[in-house]
Amino acid sequence: MPTVTQVQTTLNGEVVNFLCEPRQSLLECLRDILGMTGTKEGCNDGNCGACTLIMDGRIVNSCLVLGVEAEGKEITTIEGMASPEGLHPLQQSFLENAALQCGICTPGFLLASKGLLDKEPDADEGRIRHWLAGNLCRCTGYDKIVRAVLQVSKAK
Amino acid sequence: MTSNQVLSEVEFNVVGKRPVRPDGVDKVTGRAQYGGDTNLTGTLQAKVLRSPHPHARIKSIDTSKAESFPGVRAVITAKDLPLASLSKEELGGDYTALKFASDHMMASDKVLFKGHPVAAVAAINAHVAQSAMDLIDVDYEVLDSVVDVREAMKPGATLIHDELRTNDMGETADQPSNIAAHMRYEIGDVTKGFADADLVMEKEFTTATVHQGYIEPHNTTAFWNSDGQLNLWTSTQGSFQVRATVSNILRLPISKVKVTPMEIGGGFGGKITAYLDAICSILSKKTGTPVKALMSRTEVFEASGPAPASWMRVKIGVKNNGTMTAVETEMAMDAGAYPGSPVMQAIVCAFACYDVENGRIDGYDVVVNKPKTAAYRAPGAPQAAFAVESLIDEICLNLKIDPIEFRLLNAAKEGTRRIEGLVARKIGFVECLEAARTHDHYKSKVEKGTGRGVAAGYWPNRGFQSSVVMTVNYDGVVSLIMGSVDIGGTRASIAQQTAETLGIAYEDVKPTVVDTDSIGYTFITGGSRTSFATGLAAISAAEDVKQQMISRAAKIWDASEDDIEFVAGMISHKSDEELKLSFKDLARQTATTGGSISGRSSVDPTGEGNGYAVHIADVAVDTETGKTDVTRFTAIQDAGKAVHPSYVEGQMQGGAVQGIGWALNEEYFFDDTGKMLNSSFLDYRMPTTLDLPMIDTVIVEVANPGHPYGVRGVGEVAICPPMAAVANAVTGVTGHRMNSLPITPGKILEAGWENGKS
Amino acid sequence: MEPFDFLSPSSIDEAVQTLASKGNQARIMAGGTDMLVQMRAGRGTAPFVVDIKDIPELNEVSYDASKGLTLGAAVPCYRIYEDKTLSDAYPGLMDAASLIGGIQIQGRASIGGNICNAAPSGDSIPIVIALGGICNIAGANGTRQLPVEEMCTAPGRNALEEGEFLVSIHFPAPQANSGANYLRFIPRNEMDIAVAGVGSSVQLDASGQNFVSARIALASVAPTPVFAKEAGDSLAGKPVNEDTIQAASELAQSAAKPISDMRGTVRQRTHLIGVLTRRTLNNAIERARGA
Repeated sequence: MPTVTQVQTTLNGEVVNFLCEPRQSLLECLRDILGMTGTKEGCNDGNCGACTLIMDGRIVNSCLVLGVEAEGKEITTIEGMASPEGLHPLQQSFLENAALQCGICTPGFLLASKGLLDKEPDADEGRIRHWLAGNLCRCTGYDKIVRAVLQVSKAK
Repeated sequence: MTSNQVLSEVEFNVVGKRPVRPDGVDKVTGRAQYGGDTNLTGTLQAKVLRSPHPHARIKSIDTSKAESFPGVRAVITAKDLPLASLSKEELGGDYTALKFASDHMMASDKVLFKGHPVAAVAAINAHVAQSAMDLIDVDYEVLDSVVDVREAMKPGATLIHDELRTNDMGETADQPSNIAAHMRYEIGDVTKGFADADLVMEKEFTTATVHQGYIEPHNTTAFWNSDGQLNLWTSTQGSFQVRATVSNILRLPISKVKVTPMEIGGGFGGKITAYLDAICSILSKKTGTPVKALMSRTEVFEASGPAPASWMRVKIGVKNNGTMTAVETEMAMDAGAYPGSPVMQAIVCAFACYDVENGRIDGYDVVVNKPKTAAYRAPGAPQAAFAVESLIDEICLNLKIDPIEFRLLNAAKEGTRRIEGLVARKIGFVECLEAARTHDHYKSKVEKGTGRGVAAGYWPNRGFQSSVVMTVNYDGVVSLIMGSVDIGGTRASIAQQTAETLGIAYEDVKPTVVDTDSIGYTFITGGSRTSFATGLAAISAAEDVKQQMISRAAKIWDASEDDIEFVAGMISHKSDEELKLSFKDLARQTATTGGSISGRSSVDPTGEGNGYAVHIADVAVDTETGKTDVTRFTAIQDAGKAVHPSYVEGQMQGGAVQGIGWALNEEYFFDDTGKMLNSSFLDYRMPTTLDLPMIDTVIVEVANPGHPYGVRGVGEVAICPPMAAVANAVTGVTGHRMNSLPITPGKILEAGWENGKS
Repeated sequence: MEPFDFLSPSSIDEAVQTLASKGNQARIMAGGTDMLVQMRAGRGTAPFVVDIKDIPELNEVSYDASKGLTLGAAVPCYRIYEDKTLSDAYPGLMDAASLIGGIQIQGRASIGGNICNAAPSGDSIPIVIALGGICNIAGANGTRQLPVEEMCTAPGRNALEEGEFLVSIHFPAPQANSGANYLRFIPRNEMDIAVAGVGSSVQLDASGQNFVSARIALASVAPTPVFAKEAGDSLAGKPVNEDTIQAASELAQSAAKPISDMRGTVRQRTHLIGVLTRRTLNNAIERARGA
């Protein structure tokens, strides 16, 4: 049987331990081992951004990160975006601006947008379009997504 | 600069407002349960072995090594499908259709496209299933393949099906052919019409195979219980469609199959065909445990159902003043490996924007060695619109007539008879054209290095069966149960129509999409039918509730039902002002007046209102590299009534952007034998955020008389105009007519070189 | 994906030993953005994957205005373009680092990985060649240096011997009045593989009117990235004008040996090399004059 490795990582603020095979992606570990299905698979080769999460402050495609690489990292997934006090402003803005239809790309877009605004709170439309180019949405034509992120950005 | 306008005729209380979707919070928090999120105890993972050849005979399949691979629980081939053991006589009249459906799901004798399933493995996880699958030996006799639709039509072309004979306008041909069907529709006297013209123009157009591009890959979980009940949890646009397909292929009574539609991650027509469901079902039967399959992105491209490539010849005659005197077109659409391209819809839509006395359309449904095509947003119509609207642009340039004026002059109106014979009901095409003509975008100056294109589009919209049940809870909240899968916001739009009809708040309606055992038959979500047809079912069920509420009030007040009215959520006695109850007050009393109230309705409406759209595109072209950039885009569309304007805008913007992708960069690259070369999102180039401007919208509302709130349906027609709008804009910059989609930078450069200016 | 063992050495010595003991059974991983996709497709699978990201030297970014830049082979792209000093000193490198994949990919992918992956279309390779990058390679026999233009030997093949790995890339200090630029042609605006790409670097004289030297390299027009030496050399000592730039672009075109495939034709690619050489030279000149 293939080797199994124990991984300890900080997931949405909680220390988590799990066992995985080295060949399993972080996406697979989240979904199949930890049962956290909020992170979505769209292409499994880094070209759609549906599995975007934040690892040590950077947005990455979790399909292109091995589970074993999560050792010692700090990871934020969609499940960690809202707080007991309520939704994250981006989540609220996506709802109000009708920035989602089928919703499969939404967790990836939200995490990518959070990754941007955490670093650049005043990102403008051009910057938002550039930053989100690695996230595909097929329903909306992006218009309402860009507006939703702009509404939360401090850019005026 | 950017704007979204709604040109309303009538205002309502809830219909036409923009509440947050009921599924919204779950989708922004990652809690929504999609098909791929299904996880039943003990679930095995399945992988499907697919043909590497576009056309080959299967000589033998040896699964023994895969079967003995550690962790493998079952391996199947087409021999495990019941059809393999049934003779033509045993099956009777449906044999060909069933054989095609069964073979499409898993090939029994020949593979007809690269990606065609030949075997499947269920194992403890997907990695093990994959490794085991690689150990299956298939001995193929590779056959010549035919890829291009025109080549496939030629006499002597390699035949894909030995026994397929052309259905030529109702007559079956003698000899086998790749042309599954030829149809012709004609009106007036075409010869005379062209003779009367001052200018006759004719051109050929082609479009490439394109994919719907939904982000969620196909997935299914099947559990065949030991009591004989088969349960499926899947991502589909039509749970009842999946039930029908699976019961047909597996020879099961429909009541033995229960399909639960999970949250769906996009479909656009591509999630109507059931690809994995029967495969997982058989694997589940063999193993006694749930079996789940998830397609890879490559499988989605190679083995689901893209939209057909097409060849079209269009000829139009006009008077010098622009009046169209005659039209003619031939359209050949590639159905892929099995018959069934949407060429009939292409025929219906090709000239539906115009009032032409004389016209003829020939359509051909042609099989080739490519994946069997499926519906894609307004199936057939976008290709036809590209050809017709491009040639009209050429005519406008020739006659120096403004493209909107030309279309206004020839526009279809209520009463216009179309070539396929139907007469237009009340439609809003003229209103769309007027909105385009007066739009700030159309009046603005065209920037240097940029071209502006205009094009129109048509989709009939659909009715078909829908069922709705609603229950009044004691707190006055209405549980709304439906069979229509929600793909673009229909839980919201049906809840709004329910609330409007009952005179209650949107927040007091709780919509749920349920499985096939829990509601009456409901046709797929597609064809721009759900807000219209399921909306009608909800309105009718709400009327049922209202009538029962009146009965209860009559009981409480000891009055006659005739003396009680239900207006704006209030139940009151017509003559006694003291006797009045709000919806909530009465709901509270249902327990003591006969029990819970449920309304129900099943409908099969035919009053769908046709959809029209006009798009304006500004496209900048770097003539040195052929690079294009859409710099401004406006979509104008008649929604009849926009139940939820934000979601209607979302449909218009999403459709427009899919059309922009189809116009500029999206295509399947096939090698000479039909192997797809670009089966990833890296090389199948869908537009990204950086490739687009904001998409301005104008919702025109010309009420559909076939619906109490005027709803027409909005999803499809938005994808019809963009290809020609973009092509016409590119022509405006380069001076070259782009008659082949996609309009890649390479094609723009080559058009320049051919015309001697690079 | 086939199973593998995952090893993450924390020093160069440990990595050398690990690779020596595993021989051709090991595959080296940096950001993994190409490698994992390939392995998932059944290409280049190996029983051992050696992650070199825990080795300090592989994460090093050290810049000194007189000595130049040493860029660890595993440094992800964002660390280049988010570093203002580096972006100012090597704007051409920033061009490439900020267009490899999307932002998610740039959080993981490295210039070193891009070079070792040795794709003809590798977006960072032409500019690294144009900037005169030198590869520092470690192996059982110690370390060695190799100019980047000699690293790619065939599509997907690099010059590393068994047991060797790329530690870092050294870039010479930017000269006065120098500038560089990388441009690629893609049909979309992001997330694409170059149909053709050109990296150019120039050094001008103090007047800004004459070339001192120039280096030009090309992507996606041969089995490996191409160092168009003659094209760059043709500019040395010449005045900056349309004619000299045109002549260089024509030499670059003749250095290109493209094929026709789904991404472009021979004619289109050759044409684009001409256009992109002119554009990158003009951008590099503008930067040289502005600096």
